[in-house]
This record gives sequence, structure tokens and C-alpha cells, in this order.
Amino acid sequence: MTTGNNLSDATTGTDTSPEGSDSRSEAFPAPERETTEGKVYTVTGGDWDDVLEDASNDERIIINLGPQHPSTHGVLRLVLELEGETVTQARSVIGYLHTGIEKNTEYRTWTQGVTFVTRMDYLAPLSNEAAYCLAVEKLLGVEAPRRAQVLRVILLEINRISSHLVALATGGMELGALTAMTSGFREREEALHLLEHLTGLRMNHAFIRPGGLAQDFPADYEVKIKEFLQVMNKRLPDYDKLLTGQPIWRNRLKDVGYLPVDACLALGITGPVLRSAGLAWDLRKVEPYLGYEEYDFEVPTDTAADSFARYLLRLEEMHQSLRIINQALKKLEPGPVMVEDQKIAWPAKLSIGSDGMGNSLEHVRKIMGQSMESLIHHFKLVTEGFQVPAGQVYVPVESPRGELGYHVVSDGGTRPMRVHVREPSFVNLQAMPAMSEGGMIADVIAAVASLDPVMGGCDR
Amino acid sequence: MADEPTTPEEPKADVPGREIGGEDSSAQQPDAGLQATAPGTAEAKAPLVTGRERQGMFNISGSGDTSGFGGLKLPAYSPAPAERPYGGWFDELADDLAAAMATREIPAEAVQQVTVDRGEITFYVAGEHLLELCRALRDEPALRFELCSSVSGVDYGVDVPQRLHSVYHLTSMTYRRRIRLEVAIDWPAAEGAPSTVPTVQSVVEVYPTADWHEREAYDMFGIVYEGHPALTRILMPDDWDGYPQRKDYPLGGIPVEYKGAEIPPPDQRRSYS
Repeated sequence: MTTGNNLSDATTGTDTSPEGSDSRSEAFPAPERETTEGKVYTVTGGDWDDVLEDASNDERIIINLGPQHPSTHGVLRLVLELEGETVTQARSVIGYLHTGIEKNTEYRTWTQGVTFVTRMDYLAPLSNEAAYCLAVEKLLGVEAPRRAQVLRVILLEINRISSHLVALATGGMELGALTAMTSGFREREEALHLLEHLTGLRMNHAFIRPGGLAQDFPADYEVKIKEFLQVMNKRLPDYDKLLTGQPIWRNRLKDVGYLPVDACLALGITGPVLRSAGLAWDLRKVEPYLGYEEYDFEVPTDTAADSFARYLLRLEEMHQSLRIINQALKKLEPGPVMVEDQKIAWPAKLSIGSDGMGNSLEHVRKIMGQSMESLIHHFKLVTEGFQVPAGQVYVPVESPRGELGYHVVSDGGTRPMRVHVREPSFVNLQAMPAMSEGGMIADVIAAVASLDPVMGGCDR
Repeated sequence: MADEPTTPEEPKADVPGREIGGEDSSAQQPDAGLQATAPGTAEAKAPLVTGRERQGMFNISGSGDTSGFGGLKLPAYSPAPAERPYGGWFDELADDLAAAMATREIPAEAVQQVTVDRGEITFYVAGEHLLELCRALRDEPALRFELCSSVSGVDYGVDVPQRLHSVYHLTSMTYRRRIRLEVAIDWPAAEGAPSTVPTVQSVVEVYPTADWHEREAYDMFGIVYEGHPALTRILMPDDWDGYPQRKDYPLGGIPVEYKGAEIPPPDQRRSYS
């Protein structure tokens, strides 16, 4: 044991020396009195006001929210400086999902690039594919056939619906509205099932290719899409019943994450956040691509510029997307889904075999048995790829989160010189401090949820 | 340039700008407007190079190719300067920009070259005037590029004289126009020059949204944006060595065995580019 006289010295480390044992300071005396039960102390603390003053004077707390936190909308780290529950400074730390996709595309052919870009913003893979392919097509000077363009529009709008549903679902979950989460993911599953039926994959489709589409829709596409439209038309109004009038939902979102138009423009914010501030800036309307000018749809706006307005806009945009899909179905006419140019178009019709999707049997039979030229051509196009004339383009499209721009540079080779993505998640996240500083810490969550950043796209 | 003097001057600045864009405009071009883009006025500047020379049919060597295509030579791509008229709204814009530059005392040499390609206009600008140019583009009523859509770095390859470029995509929401500003950075600098890092002026002061864009370009290309409030890495860890998206930075990767064959990592596969 130790050399101390008291047992407590060895067991608890308590200082029992005369100075140490006398913990009763002048400020907070603890008077003692003898009772039949032994010695009793009356302990009193300081005044509560003094405690508060001590705590709020210089007691700033800096907390790290994330990167692994269920409420930060992905692997996003928020560094918050708090005074009490008020956020005085907020900064976000990103990069946890950086996968070097832009660099990787420089080492693949132009067609292979689609497989990479579709993995960036995993909630809007088709927007990425479409924007990338539009950029490559602009560099090539070709345009996808009409049927491919209409099919792209259908895919993009289904994708927009599924993305907005996730925004709603995860946003609801982060605020504690778990029913919003379960319903949102249930409806999104409908959209993903449909996309799987149309493209073969739920996500990361790589279905839109430079020059058109990988292949045509399956034969029963119209029935499936109409079923989907019916289901969504029936279920989307349920969100109004579930959330729009609900007091907790309103109170958590109203006047939270306020960002007016001038701040949006200065910070480069686009998409539903900009439209919630009153500017009807939707690239489908102002700079139409893929023939969007032919469709009759509204661009919903609001002037409240808060999280609740953004929720309402996303809901309304889903209805508008359903309208666009409905019109697109009527526009569809039979025709090719890939450009005629055999130097760009993949040389085969793909088909599903026992080991997944691949070249159709007839094509394999032809190139292996009948035509050496076809074999050479196929081999060269698949391994070498096609050359793209030198130059650079910037092609923006309206992704569910805002302006998704592809700055693609070619030096005339079979691989991109540079693919830079102007990711709306990346840009929009800059508004987090402006939206949340000065508010409560719980409102930071609501503000970030209303920005709806997707970290896969943000970090690329 | 302070903010106050520009506001009252705007009407004055506007009037000559309109005149230039109006009828018989080419005769009334102020000297500043034409010299900026006319070839030959700049003192024998080397043309911009944005690409590399290619040799042979497949750009490979050492394969014992006897086809005769090995002697094929393709020069490096160099964006051609556009000549008036540019077409569409490009002429009006260029006139308005020239007028704005004249009133704001930005020298005409700030715009080194104008290229119109695939329906997009690119202004190759001098790095030292970038910030003032952006301010003019944002503030002039005839220009109004309110939104900076994107800032990106481009590395055109190790052998290219001005290999690093900083590219800005500006959007005018008022006029629904998009332009591209491109700065070819003088780096690696000539011998005896003080700067050993590629530097460009930061435009965060004019376009706050450029903050993260510039941090990303710094992170990936090592372009130092002077005047940026906090130029730190954004996607890579703070202590990372090197700039990943430069062409001389390896892609990395390991060989993978697939169906009995060994597939080399992507940057070591045969390239036909």
C-alpha cells in the first residue's frame, strides 16, 4: 500500500491533507451540524444568474457535426461555433467522398467517361450522363436522334422525381419526420424500379451515351411508365396531407435557412434554392436543351426564400415532371436511338444474355464469322474509341439541384483532355454559413437539408 | 477602383458603348476596341497552344511499325483567333466590353485573343487585369454577368509552354448569355522571373461563389489565386503532396487479374490518344 495514513489516499486518490480536505471555500460555505445520524452538511451553490454569466461570457463551444452523422445529409462535416444553442459561425468541411472521377475520365475513352460521371451525383445519375453526353456531342458536332432526345427527357424527369423524393425523405428524417422518410423512399423505389426496367440498372445506369442511348426502351415501356404516372399522381398529394399543413413540419422549416436572391447570385446558388427566392431561373426554360422548349410545364417559384418554400417547390416540381413525362410519351415516334455515324455509334445492338448485358448474338456471329472488317471496326471502336475534334465546350443542364455544367476540353484525341464538372451540390453548399449563422443549431440541419447537397457529386 | 465613382459614370460609359454597337459601328470603333483583337498588333506573341503534337497513326512508338503511317505528324492544336464579325450577339458584347474597358481604364491588351468556337465565345485575357475585367463584366449595365457559373483549371500537358489555364464561365441572367474567360498562366516562368508558382488574381472579391471553385483549382492544379481569403485545399487532405489533376501526377492504381490475364492500371495501358 502507500505511505499515507488514510485509506482514501490509496483507493480514490482524494487529497485528504489539511488543505485539500478543506474544500469549503469562502464563497460557498457549507455549514455543518451534528445530528443523531451523524454530521450533516448543508450545501448551497452559487446564484443561477452567476452560473449563466459564467457560461455565456467566454464559453464558446466548437462542435464537429459529422462527417459520420445521420443529420448532415451525407459525409459532410460541419464545424459549428456555438454560444448556447446559437450558431455564431459555421463552416463546412468536404472532400470525404473525393474519388478523382474527373482525373479518371482523362484515362478512358469518351464513351467510358459516362460510366464515371454517372457515379458522381448518385441521386441524379442521368442528369450527369445527359450533360456529359451533350458536351461530347457538342464537341463532335452531332445531335442525338429525336427519339433518343425524347427518351432522355423521360429518363431525366423520372430521375428528377426520384431525386426530389430522396431530398424530401432524408430531409424529413433529419428533422425527425420518419414517416416522410419511409414514404419518400417507398415512392422513390417505384421510380427506381421503373428506371431499372427501362435502363437495366437502378442507379449508375451509363445508359445515355455520346450520340444517343445505349439501346432502345424495352417493348412494354409505355405500360410501365403509365403505371408509374398513375401511382405517383395518386401518392404525391399524400405529401400535402402528411406534411404541408403539419404544424411541426411548418414550424421547423418556416423562416429557416433564409437566402434572398442577391445572396443566391453572389454565392452562385441555382436550382430550387434560387427559385424559392423568387427568380424563375430554370435552364429547361431559359436555355432549353433536348427539346425542352416543346413541353408545356411551369417553373414554380416562391418568394419566402426559406426551407419551407423549397419543400413546396420540390413537391410542385415533381408534379411538373409528371406532366412532362406524359407529354413526352405522346411525342415518341419509332426511330433510331443512336446517331447514324458508325464511327461514333457502338457497332452492335446490345442484348441481355445469360451473363448479363452484352453484344447481341447476331452481331457476334457476324463479326466472328462473316466480316473481318466489322470485327476490326468493332475492335477499334471499343479499344481505341473515337477521336473528338479539339476545342472546349461548357454545357449546363438543370439537374434536380441546380445548374450542372460540364466543361469538357478535347485536344483531338480519343480521351478527354479535361472534364470539369460544375456541381450544384458543391456550389450550393457554400451557402450553408450564410443560411445558418445566427440561428439555432437545429436550424442548421433544416437549412442543409433544404440545400439538398449530394456529397458524391460535391466531392467527385 | 472604388465602387462610388463607377456608379455616376455609368450613364456616360453607356452612351459611347451604344454608339459603337449601333450602325456604322466598325468605322467608329475606338482604337482600344479593335486593337485588342486584331492580330498582328500584339508584339509577335507566340500562339496559344492547347494540346500536344502527335506522331504516327496511333501515337505509339517502338512497335516496329512499317506501315508508313509512323511518319504522320499532327501539330498541336491552337485555338484560332476569331475575326469580325463574330456573329450573333458576340459583336455587340465585344463592343460593349471594349467600351467598358475604355471607361474603366483597362488597357486593351487585357483581352489577348477572342475565339468563337462551337457557338461559344472565349476571351483569352491577361491575368493581371482579370479582376477588373470581371468587375466590369458584372457591373456594367450593358454586360451584367451576374453569375460566375464555374471556375476550372486545365492542364494542357507538360510540354505546352503555358500549360496551366484558369477558365471562368460567366452567365448573364439579364441577357441570357454565357461567355468564357480564359487565363493562360505564364508558368513555368522564364528564367529570372520572380514567381515560381502559377499565380492568377482571385475573383472572389467580385464573385464570392468563386471561393470554393478557386480552392478546388488550387487543390487540383496548384494554381495560386492571389487575394483569395483562405486558399487551402478543399477536396484533398490538408497535408497532401502534389496537385492530383496535373498531367504529370500519376493516376495510380494496381494491376488486376481478370480471367487469368493481368490488366495493367489505367495509366499504363496502351493509349491511342
